[in-house]
Amino acid sequence: MSRVLLTGNGAAAWGARLARVDYVPAFPITPQTEIIESLASWIDGGEMRGRLVTLESEHSMLTAAGAAAATGVRVFSATSSQGLLYAMEMLYTVAGWRTPFVLVNVSRGLSAPITLEPDHNDVLAARDSGFLQIHCADCQEVLDSVLIAYRLAEDSRVRQPVLVNLDGFYLSFTREPVTVPGPDEVDDFLPAFDAESIAFRASAPESQAVAVLGGGPYSYFRYETHLALLNGLTVYDEVAADFAERFGRAHPAVEAYRCDDAEIVLLMMGSFATKARAAVDNLRDAGQRVGLLRPRLLRPFPAHSLVAQLVGKRGVAVIDQNISMGKGGVLHAEVASVLYGHKDAPLLVSFVGGLGGRDISPEEFFEMVKVVAAAAQRGEAPPPRLLYTEDELREIRKLQTLAHVERNSLGEG
Amino acid sequence: MYRIRFHGRGGQGMKTASRILGSALFAEGFEVQDAPRYGAERRGAPIFAYVRADRRPINERGIIRRPDLVVVADDTLIPVPAAGVLAGLDAYSVLLIHSHESADTWRRRLNTPARVLVLPLIEESADRADLPYVGAVCAGAAACLLGVISEDALATALRDELGPLGEAVVQRNLDKALAAYRQMVEVCGVVTEGREANAADYTPPEWISLAFEGANVSAPVIHAGLTSSAVKTGLWRTLRPVIDYDRCGRCWWVCSSLCPDGAIQVEEGRPTIDYDHCKGCLVCVAVCPPHAIEAQPERTAESLETPK
Repeated sequence: MSRVLLTGNGAAAWGARLARVDYVPAFPITPQTEIIESLASWIDGGEMRGRLVTLESEHSMLTAAGAAAATGVRVFSATSSQGLLYAMEMLYTVAGWRTPFVLVNVSRGLSAPITLEPDHNDVLAARDSGFLQIHCADCQEVLDSVLIAYRLAEDSRVRQPVLVNLDGFYLSFTREPVTVPGPDEVDDFLPAFDAESIAFRASAPESQAVAVLGGGPYSYFRYETHLALLNGLTVYDEVAADFAERFGRAHPAVEAYRCDDAEIVLLMMGSFATKARAAVDNLRDAGQRVGLLRPRLLRPFPAHSLVAQLVGKRGVAVIDQNISMGKGGVLHAEVASVLYGHKDAPLLVSFVGGLGGRDISPEEFFEMVKVVAAAAQRGEAPPPRLLYTEDELREIRKLQTLAHVERNSLGEG
Repeated sequence: MYRIRFHGRGGQGMKTASRILGSALFAEGFEVQDAPRYGAERRGAPIFAYVRADRRPINERGIIRRPDLVVVADDTLIPVPAAGVLAGLDAYSVLLIHSHESADTWRRRLNTPARVLVLPLIEESADRADLPYVGAVCAGAAACLLGVISEDALATALRDELGPLGEAVVQRNLDKALAAYRQMVEVCGVVTEGREANAADYTPPEWISLAFEGANVSAPVIHAGLTSSAVKTGLWRTLRPVIDYDRCGRCWWVCSSLCPDGAIQVEEGRPTIDYDHCKGCLVCVAVCPPHAIEAQPERTAESLETPK
């Protein structure tokens, strides 16, 4: 065991290495590429066993991942943003095959306009695919989550692929102290994959391309997958508890930070939640009873833990680093749905912020808490708020002016 | 918490500088976060890298709004708005500029409330081989300014970061970094840990409610072609390829078709370089069959130019 400075990408690669993965189908995309570069370099240098193959697209990469997992070997892959969307057809397909493997997504905002920095619309596009989803807030969690994800994926009560999400730039390229566990410790926690009934071989053909014409059989298969994901809640708690006991690091399905006596709660996912944690400390220093709730597990949705934490609070700022066009923040809708009908449910206020890596300042967290406290007092939530300032509008006006000037000076359009 | 930003151009080693400083602080027992930030992943484009260090676990992340120390490796970036060199500087901050101008000159030019220090420029023209060491030099100087990093910790960190490049590279970088460290001894410890945000007394954000605008305004479209030529990417260049026409074999197809930026034009078999858009990647220098293209440090080339 050693504590070293690692990027989020480096931590993801270490997770795959310690999990002793057999097969890594790969395709490069910013900001994920460092993960497959690290694995390629280790395999090339003989420091890691396994085979890494570059495919011609993410669509093929996911097909290869699912097909390899169907033979019972341990599979790892990674992508980001447009790559995840390009593979979307196969995401749903391999999840339907019930093949266990781990896919890391490095979050990056979606085109158009194209960008490099993170928000969660990419990974949320895979929300309903049948992959379980773990969302990380720091680099240590990235490494630990890859290990936890294999136990979760391979458990016979689940047997589904798992997505581990980390934010581009804020984690992918950011070095932090990370404890890298020793290989023996990891082997004890995560033994070699016991593939049980998974035995697709050249000499023992199977067909995964099953067609069911008629809604009855289709409903059966789809609902069985849903039930497997729901089983993931119990299995996750068991695996996380075992991990905490062995390694001394707790990664509950929902992180609750200074929530016990909190009146107002900030609720958000991913690495920006650590900024909220810092703001909670500042607010506590100023005498305010504020806490943070952070779902690590998005699918299956930890409804029970969230309800238990939230009932009795006065107000909640749900901060979505995503936007469902024509609806609003995804997390806001999900949290509202599980609180519906509960007596003493808190007032929810929806904020959308951090799109395309847009920063959220400490002052904005303080102000959100102020807005929620006032709304709870009134008993009425204000309309959803995009975190966007006067200064930012001036910036876009400048860009529009430049675009307009170019349009005129070039005499086109 | 210490909050440090390094500004430079792609290829000048700012990511390496931030990692050397980060590793040195980690070796001194700090919790550390270091990261580069860039848009265009091109040599010569403005980039910055940052380091946070604290005795407690660090929850803050992303860009540093209020830096305690800003290190500028390339003073030509200061007037480039996209580089954001001066962002968030106040009377509490220290601005260290790697420059051949004096601190007084920069103080007058910038009218900044920050404390301005100058790290005398490595003379590129005198010894061009020094150019790769800017990152190590900036890290060494910054390490001294913080006053909490020993020369030993700096050396260990530099070895950790550059070790894979071989002992000779390590030794040359180490010499430069330690020399820069010692140059700063008089102002050792001048940078102190910054203040934390205060939730009891803060300036609220100026949030606005964004209104609907028609797609003719709000779609991300520039209704014109050729707009990229308006961006003078030649400003990113640190080394300039110069063609010696006495040696040029007029085998124009080689340099002009291998230039990744299409910045070599050919008229009647004579190649000319478009310095407004040449980013200084030096592919042409490498491929020129008669070795007729020479790389000159940009600063030297500029000073030799006759005013138009």
